[in-house]
Amino acid sequence: MTTLEFELKALMLASLDGNAASYRSLLDQLSRRLRAYYKTKFAALGRGTSEAEDLVQEAVLAIHIKRHTYDPGEPLTPWVHAIARYKLIDFLRRNRVSLTELPIDEVEEVMAHDDNADAECTYDIRRLMQRLPQGMQCSIQAVKLDGLSVAEAARRCGLSESGVKVNIHRGLKALTALIARETRT
Amino acid sequence: MKTDDLVALLSTNLEPVDRNAVVRTLYVAIAAGSIVAFGVAVVGLGFRADLMTARALMFLAIKLAFAIGIVGLALLYLTRLARPGGERKISPALLVALPFLVVAVLAAISLGSAPQSHWERMIVGDEWLECLLSIPIIAIVPFAVSIWAVRKGAPTNLSRAGAFAGLIAGGVSAMAYALHCTDDSLPFIAVWYGGTIVLCTLAGAALGPRLLRW
Repeated sequence: MTTLEFELKALMLASLDGNAASYRSLLDQLSRRLRAYYKTKFAALGRGTSEAEDLVQEAVLAIHIKRHTYDPGEPLTPWVHAIARYKLIDFLRRNRVSLTELPIDEVEEVMAHDDNADAECTYDIRRLMQRLPQGMQCSIQAVKLDGLSVAEAARRCGLSESGVKVNIHRGLKALTALIARETRT
Repeated sequence: MKTDDLVALLSTNLEPVDRNAVVRTLYVAIAAGSIVAFGVAVVGLGFRADLMTARALMFLAIKLAFAIGIVGLALLYLTRLARPGGERKISPALLVALPFLVVAVLAAISLGSAPQSHWERMIVGDEWLECLLSIPIIAIVPFAVSIWAVRKGAPTNLSRAGAFAGLIAGGVSAMAYALHCTDDSLPFIAVWYGGTIVLCTLAGAALGPRLLRW
């Protein structure tokens, strides 16, 4: 097992327990690896790399929404790779790109390179967020952007505390769906 | 929004997650699906009239063992298939085929030890059409709840996850239908129980990509 796998898995386990600093570090590193991975794939398919950032954000959102599906008894790299590749295939299918050109890749490829050239993606998440229902928008804004506690957010949005949590979860899922629609060319 | 901003957003006020959520959701769903299936079978078709006779109980036990074996093994795989990359480390065809294989062998032995004139009756039974229709129909609710549970996870091989959801639904349905079914022969079980469960599996494989996308 590589040191990277070891380090990232430790961050993932802490993240599952709710450690925000570990999680931030994990997503930060994963997004850089994913960027390099998607750029390589797009280059191999003869596409521009400008769409790579869209997929990075889609994959990061997917990792977040599906983080409960990680089995702590297993290594992290194959899990990340499976999500990254699933989102890639989904993206290509959406854009009617023939999948026969997509070579089978090794699990390790997803962690192979680091690319920290952060960029804007082609859509604006903040703008997309305005299309969400009021409760989801307010909950995400309060807890995730303004950093309020769930209890404070519940008061601000006029929801129960569990209502705020549900709205954040559903809102992020809805956001992923909006992004998928947005990135269909 | 830059990716860094998205990462900041997602990690702000992070909630801890339940690591057993995937497995528990699946188990609860299959349990609920089984209860509904038994309810539909008992209310819609009723228990077989001779349920308490020794012969009926023996064949009920055989049918249940066959169906439970399938459901148990399939559930083991489905808990893996519901996670990203879960399809990588399994070779499901082998172990899940075991109950089918055992019943097929027993059916062959049973046919071999009976005169050929009995074969047609042993295979076709009285109620083959009822069996052919009932198992897929009773399987609808267990299939729907299994799919719902798998959707709570993140399958990355959708047709395979769909196939296993169908296999479980078929197995659960066969368990329920066995309470009513009066056709007591191993060849009948092999052909009609086995066949309809395979049918449910194929339906699940076909529907998986459409139903499980995330």
